[in-house]
Amino acid sequence: MARLFPHPILSIVIALVWILLVNDISAGAMALGILLGWAIPKLTSRYWPDRPRIRRPLAVLEYFGIVLKDIAVSNVQVAYLVLFRRGDTLRSHYVTVPLDLTTAEAITALAGTITLTPGTVSADLSADGRSLLVHCLETADPAATVAQIKERYERRLKEIFE
Amino acid sequence: MIVAEVAISLLILVGAFFLFVGSLGLAKLPDLMRRLHGPTKATTLGIGSMLIASMLYFWAIEESPSIHELLITLFLFLTAPVTAQMIAKAHILRERHARESIPGTGRPVGWATLDAAKADEHSEHTQIPSGP
Repeated sequence: MARLFPHPILSIVIALVWILLVNDISAGAMALGILLGWAIPKLTSRYWPDRPRIRRPLAVLEYFGIVLKDIAVSNVQVAYLVLFRRGDTLRSHYVTVPLDLTTAEAITALAGTITLTPGTVSADLSADGRSLLVHCLETADPAATVAQIKERYERRLKEIFE
Repeated sequence: MIVAEVAISLLILVGAFFLFVGSLGLAKLPDLMRRLHGPTKATTLGIGSMLIASMLYFWAIEESPSIHELLITLFLFLTAPVTAQMIAKAHILRERHARESIPGTGRPVGWATLDAAKADEHSEHTQIPSGP
């Protein structure tokens, strides 16, 4: 099994993206998707020395749900700030988020999540990859924002990836 | 049919509203880092509503289901944060006041953007621009 599908997550992603690309849920599209999902990871497996491991696949779905909900909430919040507040009265801060995550995939997912969710944009990573620079649009308590990011997203990503 | 049409119209209006707010934020907010918040967030929900409306339209009215839209959403979610981060990094590298206003890393090393620039300082090709 491991020799046939050296990178199972990539295989699933390729098959799904293929079916979405041809915009057709038919037997033919699925067969070609599965074929591509088998062939591409097998041909390129030597370029993937470190594969991310998903420890709890169900937690991924839960995480997606939370992030989608937060994206909706953050849109409403940012819309409110843009429409009804003067730009220069917003209390914007940079904050430093120390990371417990160590794998590149988990940190990438966290940085992406931070940018898509309420009032925060991730701006930079420390040179050793152990802390993240985050810009908050409007925050009364920067420490609470950091705590929320760690509790809400980082803890879940740690369960998924590490 | 009429229900689907009302739902599609509402989704398009909601999408248009959030896209407008995202662009307004880009134009109205005073500095680059605050401006970044508009296009990275308000537009994701705007585009999302538009794409759901599109899927609903092809499914209910044209009766030929379309799933392309999920892929557009996926690529948008993958690219928006990367773009925002590259703009922020360029901003930190170019503007002296941005470099001075960011907090420390809490680690023995600095931020990746600036450390890399420092390492390159002695090479003849790259230098930290001193800002306008």
